[in-house]
Amino acid sequence: MRTKLLPRPLQSLALLLTWLLLANEFSLGQLLLGALFAVVLPQLVAPFQISAPRVRRLSVLAGLVVRVLGDIVVANLQVARNVLGRNSQLRPAFISLPLDIEHDVAKVMLASIVTLTPGTVSADLSRDRRHLLIHTLTTDDCDTLVRVIKQRYETPLREAFEC
Amino acid sequence: MPVLLELVIALLLLTGALFTLIGAIGLVKLTDFYMRLHAPTKATTLGLGAMLIGSMLYFTQLHGELSVHELLIALFLFLTAPVSAHMLAKAALHLRLPTIARTSGRELVADDDASDPRSR
Repeated sequence: MRTKLLPRPLQSLALLLTWLLLANEFSLGQLLLGALFAVVLPQLVAPFQISAPRVRRLSVLAGLVVRVLGDIVVANLQVARNVLGRNSQLRPAFISLPLDIEHDVAKVMLASIVTLTPGTVSADLSRDRRHLLIHTLTTDDCDTLVRVIKQRYETPLREAFEC
Repeated sequence: MPVLLELVIALLLLTGALFTLIGAIGLVKLTDFYMRLHAPTKATTLGLGAMLIGSMLYFTQLHGELSVHELLIALFLFLTAPVSAHMLAKAALHLRLPTIARTSGRELVADDDASDPRSR
């Protein structure tokens, strides 16, 4: 499968589909243009790419996606309440989250999930890449928050990927 | 277009507008940079999500064929919003923007600075 022309077939396919969706029409011209991008773009960005971890358990990953989508709605309602409430009730904090996952792509996913889900924004990754600095708006108990994030998001990520 | 569908679309658009407005209010109202970062990164995802679903319904009904490129906007938003928020926070930490006094865990930031004096 992995010929020189298409070093990453899945990525090329995703690019082609993305292009067709963007154009919102299915014609020979758009198909050719999309195919051109699908061939050229992966080769252009090849030097920056780190290979994604292999998905071991798709069901776990799917469950995580559904959970995160639900949490995004909760996060929005919560931030809306925080914004409309009194500023003096907010207890902002910086928290350091120790990371157990190994793969860089999985770390990026965890950091993104942390930002999109209730009360937390990921702010920085420590130099040794073992701790994620998180800013939160309302927290009374940092240890619980760390435990919840690890249990709710990091564990499924580790299970879903081989890391 | 059926009245019920129009009603649903209108509701979705209003919900979307409301959450986007709340995000904007938060940007003005919250106290320090890091707190302000929360409002636009979160509130806009649901706000834009609702508007996009409204748009999908409207154009699907209008043209009689499924309109799906809104899904791409949602996908790109979910990919870019956390990354840009992270970069903003990182820049703020680098510039040592002040946090309000009752922020706990400030020593984490200070530690990071001490061991790593502006070398990133």
